[in-house]
Amino acid sequence: MSKRIDVSGLTAYYGSHKAIEDISMNIEPRTVTAFIGPSGCGKSTFLRTLNRMHEVTPGGRVEGKVLLDDENLYGANIDPVAVRREVGMVFQRPNPFPTMSIFDNVAAGLRLNGNFKKSELGDIVEKSLKGANLWNEVKDRLNKPGSGLSGGQQQRLCIARAIAVEPNVLLMDEPCSALDPISTLAIEDLIGELKERFTIVIVTHNMQQAARVSDRTAFFNLAAVGQPGKLIEIDDTERIFSNPSVQATEDYISGRFG
Amino acid sequence: MSTAAASTLRGASLPKWSPYAIVGGSIVLGVLIGLVGGLDSKVQWGLIAGLLYVLGTYVIAARVEGRRQAKDRVATSLVWVAFVIAVVPLVSLIWVTVSRGVKVLDPYFLSHSMGVVANADTGGGAYAAIIGSLEQVGLATLIGAPIGILTAVYLVEYGRGRLAKAVTFFVDVMTGIPSIVAGLFILSIMLIFKMQPFGFAGSLALAILMMPVVVRSTEEMLKLVPNELREASLALGVPKWRTILKVVLPTSIGGITTGVMLAIARIAGETAPVLLLVFGNPFINNNPFEGAQSSLPLFIYQQYADSAGANAAYDRAWAASLTLIAFVMILNLVARGIARWKAPKTGR
Amino acid sequence: MDISTQTTDASPPTPPQPSAAEQKRNARGATRVGDRVFLGLSRGSGILLLVVMAAIAVFLTYRAALAINRDHGNFLTTFEWNTNLIPPTFGIAVLAFGTVVSSIIAMAIAVPIAVAIALFITHYAPRRMAGPVAFVIDLLAAVPSIVYGLWGALILVPHMTGLFSWLNDYFGWTGIFSWDGGAPRTILTVSILLAIMILPIITNVSREVFRQVPQMHEEAALALGATRWEVVRMSVLPFGRSGVISASMLGLGRALGETMAVATVLSPDFDIHASLLNPGGGTFAQNIASKFGEATEDGRDALIASGLVLFVITLLVNGAARIIIQRRAEYSGANA
Repeated sequence: MSKRIDVSGLTAYYGSHKAIEDISMNIEPRTVTAFIGPSGCGKSTFLRTLNRMHEVTPGGRVEGKVLLDDENLYGANIDPVAVRREVGMVFQRPNPFPTMSIFDNVAAGLRLNGNFKKSELGDIVEKSLKGANLWNEVKDRLNKPGSGLSGGQQQRLCIARAIAVEPNVLLMDEPCSALDPISTLAIEDLIGELKERFTIVIVTHNMQQAARVSDRTAFFNLAAVGQPGKLIEIDDTERIFSNPSVQATEDYISGRFG
Repeated sequence: MSTAAASTLRGASLPKWSPYAIVGGSIVLGVLIGLVGGLDSKVQWGLIAGLLYVLGTYVIAARVEGRRQAKDRVATSLVWVAFVIAVVPLVSLIWVTVSRGVKVLDPYFLSHSMGVVANADTGGGAYAAIIGSLEQVGLATLIGAPIGILTAVYLVEYGRGRLAKAVTFFVDVMTGIPSIVAGLFILSIMLIFKMQPFGFAGSLALAILMMPVVVRSTEEMLKLVPNELREASLALGVPKWRTILKVVLPTSIGGITTGVMLAIARIAGETAPVLLLVFGNPFINNNPFEGAQSSLPLFIYQQYADSAGANAAYDRAWAASLTLIAFVMILNLVARGIARWKAPKTGR
Repeated sequence: MDISTQTTDASPPTPPQPSAAEQKRNARGATRVGDRVFLGLSRGSGILLLVVMAAIAVFLTYRAALAINRDHGNFLTTFEWNTNLIPPTFGIAVLAFGTVVSSIIAMAIAVPIAVAIALFITHYAPRRMAGPVAFVIDLLAAVPSIVYGLWGALILVPHMTGLFSWLNDYFGWTGIFSWDGGAPRTILTVSILLAIMILPIITNVSREVFRQVPQMHEEAALALGATRWEVVRMSVLPFGRSGVISASMLGLGRALGETMAVATVLSPDFDIHASLLNPGGGTFAQNIASKFGEATEDGRDALIASGLVLFVITLLVNGAARIIIQRRAEYSGANA
């Protein structure tokens, strides 16, 4: 299951501060889209509007539309809790539940959503851990706490937890920024596999990473500190990195600012 | 958009006003049940209404929104009920104390003592008790505050090794000493020396109760003083003790004052040690070092306990309670004011 | 002792610049004396605190030993407190029972409510309400216990009859809730009053713990599609569990030693009954306060002996609470 996302005229606020302004873009199913841009340009904020996590922050609110296969996430009667089950998320720092075992971490989302038989649950947990390339490393210690794993393993555990509930979209907020190069490579390989099943949106600070993993790249920028962030352009990754249509993008990619 | 996939995002949800409607409905039902069932306690009406509210929320939400949302709503409603439950006694306590306290609380009450006024009679006042309280609490502060502050200075500025660890641990332990035990401790010494009750004995017990509170709060404040300040001063060749006196303590003086005031507010309301050590005295005794004294909390207790239900005595007890609460609350508010005013601005 | 340097942008007064003359005066000799005196004073204060703690234990034990030697009954098991008899006969069984039972019931009532209020402040209340609510809880903590006692005796007690008769009607058969219709100045009323009194301390400590739950744990639950309650259950409560336990123990310590509120409300009866609604029992602190006036020297020693037991119990409870808090500090530090 993989859905397309169409954003139109999206503006997000923190209290009275406008964080991002008037963003529109289309994201195709079964693709990896990378968001790049300097710090504070609102790319993470924008990512969090795609599963209604932005409004969790006190004072956070959103105007505009996010269509998930033609249904507006911000429409009337939409349950944000249901939205977050359809649109999974992986965070910057790995955040397994510290008091739960590896198994329980992966099963956490499933247990929320109804009754599974124990064997069923075991199957899904195994499948998810395999999907996150973690199964072989943890299959002998599923009952140990998740916080005992290395940083890269914890992040893959979080990915397993996110994909266990079979979301349509997977959002990743700088998933490798707290990891060492080898773990980063493992996650990047994993992203390549996961895009067969999910629509993936990834925020990254690392332009090489964007170039390696993504099909499409969106560049965000802000006019000045305190100004809202804006989408400068979105295009095929190859084009963005070889021949962008906006000068600012080229300046950023070639390291002239940011 | 009525595709099957779309419906997964769209939970049926109760309108925004529904919690209020359920609250209103349960209160009405609770009152009705109370009236029909002939229950005479309003508290029971309230309990029934609260129960109906929680149950009603669950049933309605489970029907419309599903089991998970219903659980969420029940948790929310329980949390709100708990909040209301906590507020009820506080409101009742403040209301009763104020409404009954103002009856006899006037300049006469504050400037006269019980003397030979019998418990059942009106008249009399808390002057001796107020004097006693001020003297005992004042002396306790003179002993407790410097020792507490110095101990905190030791722990933060000098403390290393086992002595500091022991002091830290026993300060924690001391915080938990019941006030009556502090009283019994002084009493056991007085028994050895065959001493009669006097005000200063109470001060000693209060000082014991005060010290750990002062140590804790001062410690917190001293730890907030940035190390750079100390180093800046030491680097100028200023000796450590002068650095502490001239740099560290002045920087944290606001917080330390707040801590001491909160500690004073706490011991001002202590009754048990005063009961054992100061004994109570209807007459004015200005000398805390000889002879029984009174104190405000003790006055409240004795007006209540020794009066055999005389209304005049109860009125005086409420008036004294109001005086005591006013004193404690003013100390609290001023202390908080100082804390806010002097608070180091953490650039958040 | 490490000193926090996180608030470097505080606005402290500039350190005084010692003049040249002053620096001369601070020549090494004077400096050493000053430092030594100041260190002596502050270390002395710390030592004094230890001495006081030791003295409390020693003096109470000494007087208690005198009393227990004269005790004709068994100090632990006698159901009697007649210190004016010759020889005096007294035992703490009833007091221990009353103290423990009333405090535990108070905990059972207060802990869930306190946890709920802490959650209310940190996770449920509208943001504008959270501050004032926390303030109100602080005010509750500041009310002197004697005022709670007066309020309990004159306002709460009359309001208990309804609850008592209801409990008696529906649960009287258990024995625990049977009621003879006497004044409701009993263990149950005491427990409810104690619960109100320890509510603020448990709430405040729990609140601090819940506030420290890392945002990322809560977001982890939210991103899985958890409702607010499920977020609380999956990330807030597990993280705060040990904090709530130690908060409850601190509250328990407070309830065990509470004197005046119990002394005003309870009509003591030196016996143990199954029913919480009938007069019976007493607590250590209450017994000391109410028996003190009429006690002879023997009587006072006996009361001191009972106070020593209370002292030891509260030490154990508070010590356990502190150890749990410390362990938790280490644990969360490792995970930060």
